[in-house]
Amino acid sequence: MQKLGEELRNRAGQKIVDPEYLLFEAPREKVFMTGSEVVKEAVKRASVDASVSYPITPQSEAAHLIGELWVEGYVGVYFRGESEFGVMSELAGCSMAGARTITTTSGPGTLRAMENFPMWAGSRLPIQLVLMARGINSPLSIQPDDLEVSFLLDTGCMVWYAENAQELFDMILAGFVVAEQPDVHVPVVNVINGFFISHTRESVMLPPDDIALPPYNPYKAPMPPIDMEMPPGRFLRDPFVMKSNYISYATHTSWQFEVRAAIERARPYIKKYLGGLIEEFGDPESDIVLVSTGTGAAQAKEAVRLLEDEGVKAKVVKLKTIRPFPINELREAVKNAKVIFVPEFNVVGWLEREIRRYLYKHSDAEIIGGPRVAGGMTMPPEIIAKDVLNYLGKEVKHVY
Amino acid sequence: MSINIFKINEELKEFIPQEVIDLEEKATWGNPKRGVMDLPYAKELLEEHSLCAGCPESMAFRYILASLPNPEDTIIVNSTGCTSLVFPHIALHTVHSLFGNQNAVATGIKRTLEWRFPDKVKDVVVLAGDGATVDIGLDCTLQSFFRQEKITTICFDNEVYANTGGQESGTTVQGHVFKMAPKGKQWPKVPMWQLAIDSGCHYVVRMSVSSPKKVEQVVKKAIYVAREVGPTYLHLYTPCILEIGLNSDDALMEMRDKDKERFKFFEYVSPQAEEVIAKKKEEGLL
Repeated sequence: MQKLGEELRNRAGQKIVDPEYLLFEAPREKVFMTGSEVVKEAVKRASVDASVSYPITPQSEAAHLIGELWVEGYVGVYFRGESEFGVMSELAGCSMAGARTITTTSGPGTLRAMENFPMWAGSRLPIQLVLMARGINSPLSIQPDDLEVSFLLDTGCMVWYAENAQELFDMILAGFVVAEQPDVHVPVVNVINGFFISHTRESVMLPPDDIALPPYNPYKAPMPPIDMEMPPGRFLRDPFVMKSNYISYATHTSWQFEVRAAIERARPYIKKYLGGLIEEFGDPESDIVLVSTGTGAAQAKEAVRLLEDEGVKAKVVKLKTIRPFPINELREAVKNAKVIFVPEFNVVGWLEREIRRYLYKHSDAEIIGGPRVAGGMTMPPEIIAKDVLNYLGKEVKHVY
Repeated sequence: MSINIFKINEELKEFIPQEVIDLEEKATWGNPKRGVMDLPYAKELLEEHSLCAGCPESMAFRYILASLPNPEDTIIVNSTGCTSLVFPHIALHTVHSLFGNQNAVATGIKRTLEWRFPDKVKDVVVLAGDGATVDIGLDCTLQSFFRQEKITTICFDNEVYANTGGQESGTTVQGHVFKMAPKGKQWPKVPMWQLAIDSGCHYVVRMSVSSPKKVEQVVKKAIYVAREVGPTYLHLYTPCILEIGLNSDDALMEMRDKDKERFKFFEYVSPQAEEVIAKKKEEGLL
């Protein structure tokens, strides 16, 4: 940071502003851009130190655009790694050395990198991953499908889910702010449905690009950075639990609990910076509830409009975070529900499993895991509306 | 220089263990001419070690740590295996991340420290076993060489997976019977030093750690060349006396024997590295 008069500037020369100002108060202008382009716009305003990339559809363009920011001086370190395993390890190194870091990946890349995610969390690295969800092999698919998210749920990373490009922009900025809180300090994965968000142009409101988040301060982290600048001199950046002959089993256990507790401690910050862990849409009193995430929630909102035309009142509960899971918010939002539908973009129904787990003995509603699409199929709102109408025994008039 | 991080608050000194006070007062800081000759007099950066009695890896650790020209600004990255057991005892900032990703982690650290501290020299050194360097981590090892990362990679080759109980590795010699190679290894030892040259390393050495002075020389050269030119690689024979059935006092003779055959001293120096070494000799640092 350099001081310029009264103003603080980051190394790219942008004026440093409070996260609250950047997210909520700064004037915004309307632009028309894709989710990939929005990643660039968010990174540009985030005082990012390092990003490492690797090509995989559909996230490649976002990764290219971060590279352009590096050329323009907005990002300190940028290169293409050897594989997603290598990339996520390189980012771990960057983060341990005190950098604010972000990368993007998709589908098979997520699974190739998988060993790194619990290591990030266990090493308390606030790395941000933008996950543009796509199918995982086999058979080969490059199409949208969010099965991979289920693999991330127990890695110790926060998992957030954006519905559209606007939310992705705001979540990337809020992601750094929340993940880097000293009492949180775990990784954050911001998920979008690949192609539907990454490759679709929509209206997005952006603050000016001459202001940016305050730079990351590694000396406020719960563990010292690896830079030989901060005591203790003798410091092993591992959760010092390499082997039972060094550390008791109980200590390993408590470390694991602490990572999960750190995610819990993120809740008040998420409420502040995301405006809550869920969002509701439709008739608040309705006993028909559609619980979903991301593009599924967007389609469910359209289905609520269709159902309204049929004289059926319904509402959507969109989960903005999966880790931490909005337990109380969901229970409160479905307290009048007779039936809960869970539209999903995968074959296994991981979101349905999560919802059943947290509503067990807290709701009498019937939970219907569906409709579900996968492997690149779209989810027309009509199929959601049709399932609801069928459940109610009503005539289905639409042509599907 | 970051020697300050070893300074102890005077008010608290009476509560600090002697070995920590010794680190501040008796270790060699801020002196690039430090070396293995300091070992009997100076406080070592290794507080004991946790390897088997007589393990050559422990010798390698002591010689390497005594030879770092810039320990107050040196980061060490390691990997899983016998070597990782030693890391909690090293009085520097060190990293253990995953098995085989050490050169990727080191890349991230080196590049970030260059970005954060453009006016400071921060050396990044990888210390890992043959399994981590040559087998599971080969991709990350070679890719860091291809990318010309300015890091020094040191492989402790004991020709076996020792920490997991004696399994064949890529650097086991052909025909040797280890676990997972019950009929004897079916293929030759991986010539990692040659791969390092072909992959872009500017200074490469293959040797045993039988001679402390020689270890000091190659460690210093490797670090100076990495600092100014690009990747460097040291391949050190540190036999697992346990797995090849030797006694604690046999290790030195085992290394001396192999100094005459497959670990005969071999050194590769690129033209750019030659220049750095010549310059450092002129400065009296080599």
